[in-house]
Amino acid sequence: MQLTLSAEDAEFRDQLREFFTTKIPQEIRDVVRDNGELTREQLVQSMRILNENGLAVPSWPTEWGGKDWTLMQKHIWHEELQRAYVPEPLAFNASMIGPVLAQFATQEMKERFLPATANMDIWWSQGFSEPDAGSDLASLKTRAVRDGDHYVVNGQKTWTTLGQFGDWIFTLVRTNPEVKKQAGISMLLIDMKSPGLEVRPIELIDGGKEVNEVWFTDVRVPVENLVGEENRAWDYAKFLLGNERVGIARVGTTKARLAQAKEFAASIKVGDGTLLDDPQFSTRFVELETDLLALELTALRVAANSADGKPDPASSVLKLKGSELQQAVTELTVDLAGPASLASGADDDSTVPLWARRSTPAYLNTRKTTIYGGSNEVQRQIISRTILGL
Amino acid sequence: MDFNYDDEQQALREAVRGLIGKAYSDYEERRRAVAADPGFSEQVWGQLAEMGLLGLPFEEQYGGMGASAIEVGIVAEELGRVVAPEPFLTTVVLAGGAIAAAGTEVQKTELLGGISAGESIVAFAHAEPGSRWEPTASVVTATDGGDTWTLSGTKEPVIQGARADVLIVSAALPEGGTGLFVVDPSAQGVSREGYRTHDGGRAARVVLDGAAATPLGAAEDRTGVIARVLDGARIAAANEAIGLMEVAINTTSSYLTSRKQFGVPLNTFQALTFRAADLYVQLELSRSVAVWASMVLAESSTDEFVAQAAARASLRISRAGRQVGQEAIQLHGGIGMTAEYSIGAYTSRLTALDHLFGDGNHHLGLLACRVGDYAELEPVP
Ligand SMILES: Cc1cc2nc3c(=O)[nH]c(=O)nc-3n(C[C@H](O)[C@H](O)[C@H](O)COP(=O)(O)OP(=O)(O)OC[C@H]3O[C@@H](n4cnc5c(N)ncnc54)[C@H](O)[C@@H]3O)c2cc1C
Repeated sequence: MQLTLSAEDAEFRDQLREFFTTKIPQEIRDVVRDNGELTREQLVQSMRILNENGLAVPSWPTEWGGKDWTLMQKHIWHEELQRAYVPEPLAFNASMIGPVLAQFATQEMKERFLPATANMDIWWSQGFSEPDAGSDLASLKTRAVRDGDHYVVNGQKTWTTLGQFGDWIFTLVRTNPEVKKQAGISMLLIDMKSPGLEVRPIELIDGGKEVNEVWFTDVRVPVENLVGEENRAWDYAKFLLGNERVGIARVGTTKARLAQAKEFAASIKVGDGTLLDDPQFSTRFVELETDLLALELTALRVAANSADGKPDPASSVLKLKGSELQQAVTELTVDLAGPASLASGADDDSTVPLWARRSTPAYLNTRKTTIYGGSNEVQRQIISRTILGL
Repeated sequence: MDFNYDDEQQALREAVRGLIGKAYSDYEERRRAVAADPGFSEQVWGQLAEMGLLGLPFEEQYGGMGASAIEVGIVAEELGRVVAPEPFLTTVVLAGGAIAAAGTEVQKTELLGGISAGESIVAFAHAEPGSRWEPTASVVTATDGGDTWTLSGTKEPVIQGARADVLIVSAALPEGGTGLFVVDPSAQGVSREGYRTHDGGRAARVVLDGAAATPLGAAEDRTGVIARVLDGARIAAANEAIGLMEVAINTTSSYLTSRKQFGVPLNTFQALTFRAADLYVQLELSRSVAVWASMVLAESSTDEFVAQAAARASLRISRAGRQVGQEAIQLHGGIGMTAEYSIGAYTSRLTALDHLFGDGNHHLGLLACRVGDYAELEPVP
């Protein structure tokens, strides 16, 4: 055991801090800091800079651009990245499809897709959920039928995050309807420009349009776009979802948001002091910080990423608590804004600061974190079944 | 203590439900109403006026019905059930309440008459940059020019401030204290910038630059009036929240029964049904406190007892509203996050009400300051 950072780790941290705060354009990091919406170009630009410097996909195998870092170093990378408000490497690329391809795809497919995925030459979307297959993902119905050297795909995916930007979509499709539901699923990579594929936006409760429906009508997909083996994709999906859960924990982001919230609190005068002196708020900060500390230490103590082709149930602990803390911080921020939180639609001429105007939409939007990536109920089920054997 | 509504009150509820429940029977209607300015249906507003609801709490001589806080609570609850966007709370209860409490005979006749008839939207311009629900003003200041008064400073956010035909503005008086003034928003020196609020409503930034103003009643310290009027609005808002929560819970329960996953309806999972049951407990406890607070207000209790009831109701409803709003979305899953489905609007409105007149912790803090002053907390004065 060792409490302090080794000299090498400290130097590693300083280098990354320097890199993130000087090489990623300030305008891009400001958008992230202010809870704004990045353009497609900004996200691509930022990830390309990371990739050029070998910092986009450190958790991948080294031959595909990954790093042989320790758990501590990976943590430092993530923490510094989030602290500097660098946009996270697009999760669909970096932590979802990339590791799956590296683990399960043929050499040819890896060569075709992995470099382009790391460099955001392809923007991936995740086509798993369907209207009737949410928590019960394995009941998915989108059908792929073999026709010569193509699959013909029909059906509908939904909740496809940022599908409006997607070049390609990795999908779970039913290739065998006769067997147990988990045993008839395959993973297909589909070019979103294919004829018969249509993306329709869904408006969310904060007014944003970040998710979509994706419809497939007789979409022809070359058989070489099948990942791994036919009917084996349930294993690949579980592997992917394990990594997705780890990514949702977002310790560094929540830490930065909490520190921001402290600044907001300190900027609001009440009586002789500020809201940060008000025990109603100061105790809430301490409570959240302590929970976040516990989460951060847990992330450091247990490696929760999928390994040897399998998800790690510890990922559920990180997802569960990490998502709840993100929600708690946005709720705290609305309370800091107080009556000004109503002014969500005001423009920059408003007397209400930007953070306060964005506080309620952010609070409403963050309700999603306990729903997606496997709802928190599903995480509890994984913990109770897989870890506790209940 | 009697919690039963009498026949007339029941009839009022049915009449309101008949009108508003019909106007917004389909959530799409509500979406349409909030999509375009002014963020509510002028037609429905007119119908509310025809039914006498916009003058409900005002005395008959001013075009009102002389009804009590119980009746106001019934209307607010019914509006909450369908997340109706009409500004009953801010125009009738808040601005109307201030006019009724402080206005001259002439002002009451004119302004309350205008509200009752549905001819005039009056906005209560009280919140200021940096204010946190105090009954006082400091950013907007009043200047006495002998015959006329002028106001300067910014009010934000003012609910329905851009649509308003009349503004009731709080302002710091030259000699100290906070006065209330009537401002014609089309007058020189008034500029308004309207925008949407997250709950589908509208608010505005109102900038006053030497704007002509008439004192509402006498130009004297009205801090007590403002406090009392805000308390009345808190109690009405608590009733609105009851309507919101009840329907949010019912909507969630029926979704749990109809949505299938793993080949069974979601209500097969006790992990979910028990949480719906917890929400029901929250609702019932909150309803008791909201109706109790309405009775306290209706029986013209002391200002102090009303303030205590309003704070207790605000605290209880804040806690319940958050749990219901958050859980209702969670129990729905993804569909609960969409604008097309109703539940998010309920959560958004509950969040707005929570921050409009002081959230739970704000009232917790105020109540905590007095906790040493009494032994037991009694529901009767
Ligand atoms: C903003 C957002 C972005 C998303 N992005 C993507 C994306 O990019 N790609 C993608 O494929 N999917 C995406 N999703 C979909 C997400 O993964 C699903 O919403 C999630 O799996 C839940 O499914 P559902 O919405 O159908 O809810 P349901 O499964 O219908 O669940 C409804 C409620 O029931 C609970 N529940 C269900 N089964 C059980 C059980 N057995 N025991 C106890 N409780 C249970 C759930 O936890 C939830 O509270 C996104 C969702 C959201 C909201």
